[in-house]
Amino acid sequence: MTKTIAEKILSEHSGTDAYAGDIIVADIDAALVQDGTGPLAVQQLQKLGMEKAAKPERTVLFIDHAAPSPRKELSNAHKILRDFAARTGAILSDVNEGVCHQRMVEDYMNPGEVLIGADSHTCTAGALGAFATGMGSTDVAIGIASGKTWLRVPETFKVYVTGEFKKGVYPKDFILHFIGMIGADGATYKALEFCGPAIDALAMSDRFTLANMAVEAGAKAGLFASDETTRAYLEERGRGDKWRPISADEDASYEQIFKVDVSELEPTVSCPHTVDNTKTVGEVAGTKIDQVLVGTCTNGRIEDLRIVAKMLEGRTRNPNTRLLVCPASRDVYLKAIEEGLIAKLIAAGAAIINPGCAACVGVHAGILGDGEACLATQNRNFQGRMGNPEGFIYLGSPAVAAATAIEGAIADPRKYL
Amino acid sequence: MQIKGKAFKFGDSISTDHIAPGRLFHLRTNLPELAKHVLEDADPEFAQKVRPGDFVVAGKNFGLGSSREHAPTIIKIAGVGAVLAQSFARIFYRNAINVGLPVLICDTTQIDQDDELEVDVGKGEVKNLTKGITIAAKPLPDVMIKILNDGGLLEHFRKHGGFALDAY
Ligand code: SF4
Repeated sequence: MTKTIAEKILSEHSGTDAYAGDIIVADIDAALVQDGTGPLAVQQLQKLGMEKAAKPERTVLFIDHAAPSPRKELSNAHKILRDFAARTGAILSDVNEGVCHQRMVEDYMNPGEVLIGADSHTCTAGALGAFATGMGSTDVAIGIASGKTWLRVPETFKVYVTGEFKKGVYPKDFILHFIGMIGADGATYKALEFCGPAIDALAMSDRFTLANMAVEAGAKAGLFASDETTRAYLEERGRGDKWRPISADEDASYEQIFKVDVSELEPTVSCPHTVDNTKTVGEVAGTKIDQVLVGTCTNGRIEDLRIVAKMLEGRTRNPNTRLLVCPASRDVYLKAIEEGLIAKLIAAGAAIINPGCAACVGVHAGILGDGEACLATQNRNFQGRMGNPEGFIYLGSPAVAAATAIEGAIADPRKYL
Repeated sequence: MQIKGKAFKFGDSISTDHIAPGRLFHLRTNLPELAKHVLEDADPEFAQKVRPGDFVVAGKNFGLGSSREHAPTIIKIAGVGAVLAQSFARIFYRNAINVGLPVLICDTTQIDQDDELEVDVGKGEVKNLTKGITIAAKPLPDVMIKILNDGGLLEHFRKHGGFALDAY
């Protein structure tokens, strides 16, 4: 019988002929935890008396959510991860190295592999043609120690995308629009497989953005075929030998098929407090914004910073709007310095935050005041997300973020391109 | 497993940021303290009012958002007997079972704030004593029942020395 990408990868990793609905025990290739979920994972392993890593060289502990630490409780939580890394040989990705999901695709993940991570956006690595999914601390702890996890093979929704993006409209607009269309629970439990001519044409950075947001529709994974674009990315990252093609069988069985033409898409914004509360930029233009955040695992890559720096060149941020820019990793940061982007951004009034999660989860580096609104390039806008339940978060593309920083209110990017 | 208590009613899309917000990130290694703030951003008084055995009753997509297992864990530490909702987000659902917090999918529109409920988790039966009606919950998948009966994933793994999901 024919298979989806999820069925293929999970068959290989369980030594079974697996189809949607099957319960399998899978070998995992890699695991990640971060500073919010990792300490609990380590404590669970201590309770089990199994403080070890089955694959230490593929177990990565990230200090990225609260990095550098803003308070002693978190410094102590970081120590738990540092100690575990020292004892087990697991890799510690320390302050300034970057957000876990960006780091995983930069240096650790390959097509056809299985990754479990104690972070919901672990699905980002699906862009490389890997089966990557988020779980809780206990699941990942057991995965780290045993090298295995149990999974129910998900049914797949095929998302077939055609057309060409208009100027000023980006894949981020497409994914926000798509989540608005199917709802924040529209793909609960399912795997989303993105394909079609518009997807084949996407750069890796945009595929990461889409895979990253699969969980915002409730999905278990966001999957892409591994093709020549994937191969070129891996070669650039020094892992060309790890490339292999992956794609779904022609007549694989899908639970649902969505067809989206992006040609008429408008810049799209998710409004407070759910990701599926989407509007076109025209409908919300003029909404006053106190803070703009460019960065996070969704849109903090070099391609994103290039768009923002170009739009801000020769312009400055609105004096009533703070502009925070956080490169997703140290590599992105270095490249942005080499290309002169950081100087341009600072000249335009940006505050540069060291690589990590920045204000995204409300721990530090840009917490909102009561009644304040933020336009962020991140992936979710739940009430309280940026450290204050009295704050309001809007989500948009890096281009919408740049235009908004210029005007101090939500703005259409097309007039600045 | 029979549990009896009062219903605390919440709406749709209660996220992990409502349950265990990022601004309390520093309390994640101090779960009893974090539990004093459980669901604070959805109902600031919930943690003070809830009594052992009471129920969190919600609408659609309960627990959407982050993978933080701290969310179901502190609901359990607060004494909640079970969470009843029309639907759950995937990671929250799996985490809840892993930490031994019963979660049931049922028609919660037939339950109001302060209704007295009696819940049989194994049978998947919710008796609304206040309204004199019985609501059928969707049965838990066999794997989930097995893990829940073992007392959570850690205990399951300890007891069987690995995953033992085939037995069901
Ligand atoms: S950047 Fe935001 S969404 Fe991404 S891992 Fe960090 S906190 Fe999570």
